[in-house]
Amino acid sequence: MSAHPDQAPLPVEPSSPAAGQDPVLQIRDLSVVYRTPGGDVRAVDRVNLDLAAGEVIGLAGESGSGKSTLVYGACRLLRAPALITSGSVVYTGRRVTKPADVLRLSPDELQHLRWREIAIVFQSAMNALNPVLNVRDQLLDVIHAHLRMPRDQARERAASLLDLVGIPRARLRSYPHELSGGMRQRVMIAMALATEPEVVIMDEPTTALDVVVQRDILAQIVELKEQLGFSILFITHDLSLLLELADRIAVMYAGQLLEIATAEEIHHEASHPYTKGLLNSFPSLRGPRRELAGIPGSPPDLHSPPPGCPFLPRCRYGTAACERVDMQLLPVATSKDPGHVTACPFVLPGTPVPPEAEPQPEATGEPEATGEPGT
Amino acid sequence: MSEQAPTLTSAAAARGPLAMEAVSVSKDFKIGHGQTVQAVRDVSFSLYRGAVVALVGESGSGKSTAARLLAGQERLTSGQIKLDGTPVEVTSRGDFRRYKSQVQYVFQDPFASLNPVHTVRYHLERPVKLHGGKGADVDAEVVALIEQVRLTPARQFLAKYPHELSGGQRQRVSFARALAARPSVLLADEPVSMLDVSIRLEMLSLLDDLRQRFSLAMLYITHDIASARYFADEVLVMYAGEIVERGPAEEITQQPAHPYTQLLVASAPDPDNLGSSVLRGGRKANGKRPGAGAAAHSQQSVTTAGCPFHPRCPFADDRCQREDPALLPITATRGAACWHLDVAAPELASGLPGGGRTTTN
Repeated sequence: MSAHPDQAPLPVEPSSPAAGQDPVLQIRDLSVVYRTPGGDVRAVDRVNLDLAAGEVIGLAGESGSGKSTLVYGACRLLRAPALITSGSVVYTGRRVTKPADVLRLSPDELQHLRWREIAIVFQSAMNALNPVLNVRDQLLDVIHAHLRMPRDQARERAASLLDLVGIPRARLRSYPHELSGGMRQRVMIAMALATEPEVVIMDEPTTALDVVVQRDILAQIVELKEQLGFSILFITHDLSLLLELADRIAVMYAGQLLEIATAEEIHHEASHPYTKGLLNSFPSLRGPRRELAGIPGSPPDLHSPPPGCPFLPRCRYGTAACERVDMQLLPVATSKDPGHVTACPFVLPGTPVPPEAEPQPEATGEPEATGEPGT
Repeated sequence: MSEQAPTLTSAAAARGPLAMEAVSVSKDFKIGHGQTVQAVRDVSFSLYRGAVVALVGESGSGKSTAARLLAGQERLTSGQIKLDGTPVEVTSRGDFRRYKSQVQYVFQDPFASLNPVHTVRYHLERPVKLHGGKGADVDAEVVALIEQVRLTPARQFLAKYPHELSGGQRQRVSFARALAARPSVLLADEPVSMLDVSIRLEMLSLLDDLRQRFSLAMLYITHDIASARYFADEVLVMYAGEIVERGPAEEITQQPAHPYTQLLVASAPDPDNLGSSVLRGGRKANGKRPGAGAAAHSQQSVTTAGCPFHPRCPFADDRCQREDPALLPITATRGAACWHLDVAAPELASGLPGGGRTTTN
């Protein structure tokens, strides 16, 4: 568990076809703890993540894995007892003259950055909208707070934002309770896009919706992204959704990233046992019925994380060597994707194997190899 | 309207004897201004011992209302519910208690369905005392219950309060509480949708295990049609209060007949088929999905005429606006309520007499 940033090869080279430029958001070595009377809870542990311009990164993980804490920490939206203990979050947008470290901005600069440059679509549209203001007033609030424009123009902008997300303008006067769940979520998206941000963080934006509406909204998000050219950091526990939506996927567990790769790679060549477990947790609708396993057990208590790999207690391939493993993301040598990195050095052949560890032979197959009688 | 429905055999019937039956059940809610919402319309289905029937639909489709009707928590507007072949008549509290000892309900949200000020033991002791009769060894039963849902060591869990448990553990306690009455029917309303994906399968396999062990007749309510494929014997697809399609789980998910079922299946995330997905590659093609973007129509309309799906249906014509189609048998175990099966699912409709309702084939 020693310091590693120098030797850990990071996915600096954006691996997605959509990317190509420098990252807009560069999270480096970010750690967040929750100070509790019983000691620090390491909610986010030395995370490195890059978001390229126009890219969709999916952040997948179970509840309590720290995925929300990571992005809220990166935007400095956390308050005590959460504490950022290390790291930097460098933002390089088209509108800013030089890269800025979000974690070191003054309150004024931060105010300017938030929403204008980095906007968030919060998890529950039900609670995130103000129940006593109508849609137009909430949109105007955002516009007036972050953009200088005359009243008429702001109103026009509010209306055109609704056009953008496919809600009739007549709904401007509606209150949140008069809208369906899908519409509320669309209003949230419209609000996030009001200032034409460079980065949009979406925290489980469709979890509360049913599949048909979810698909409509995701299709709309993708369309808007292509139209307006922002980058998306998409947080969800639904890996199957990310496989379709994201360019790259980062899998988070117990406050650490365990694997990063393109969606395609994650789907076909996942290397970390946890990622494989997640992939095998979804009943598939099409194709042959396969045995599903899920992931038995529950995540570790982050008050006293186990030594070595945090996934070890639930891992089918775990060995004694895993207790001594230094958690860092190393490239998967067999992978076609140069940005494919994994924290598990044992599973795939070709990955660097520490001298004291032996590779697990049965783990060398394709993702289906993890299938085992589910009951 | 549904004269043909009784000719359908349930795909779940082979598993065991009939436990519970809903016969043309309807439920209207008055919403003021003299208007009513028909939350459940003329719905018939059967639950068999040892079998799982899945009720699939989007929010607002009436699937939870249907379950609440079966659970005796709502009064029927019309229709009948039969338990072991006898029509259910609940007139007194004693009747209701006897009924509840047969029919138990598991709620969606394990965070809300357990009382935060009581221990697990209290949650389980109450139903054991209520339904177990005199002379029951309450302590032993409670321990047995908690072991049945694989919470071990049992004694340690009994002393805990809900806030000390994870979501999955809470839901296990809910299962144990439902089993305490030794029911023959278990109504599970989205039992895993609030849980993390990584433990959903574990919970479903636990439910499956309990179904086998106690030969429970189970109604599994979900909006996730993929999980129904794995877990259920028969799938009933509900839309705007009506069953629009029913049949064996595998057949329905692999070859949906009704346009709504097709939309539902097409909307499910499908990582195995990335090339043809709406979001990647064929992004511009999203307008072609039937009914997409018209989700606002999904609530039951107050004034009802015609097929409930016609405002979103790509195949709808005048007739669909006027007449509501009945559940038309496709095979012995399968039926769909659509006037245009010959267009919507030609390969299925070709086997029908008259080629699936309309003229040519």
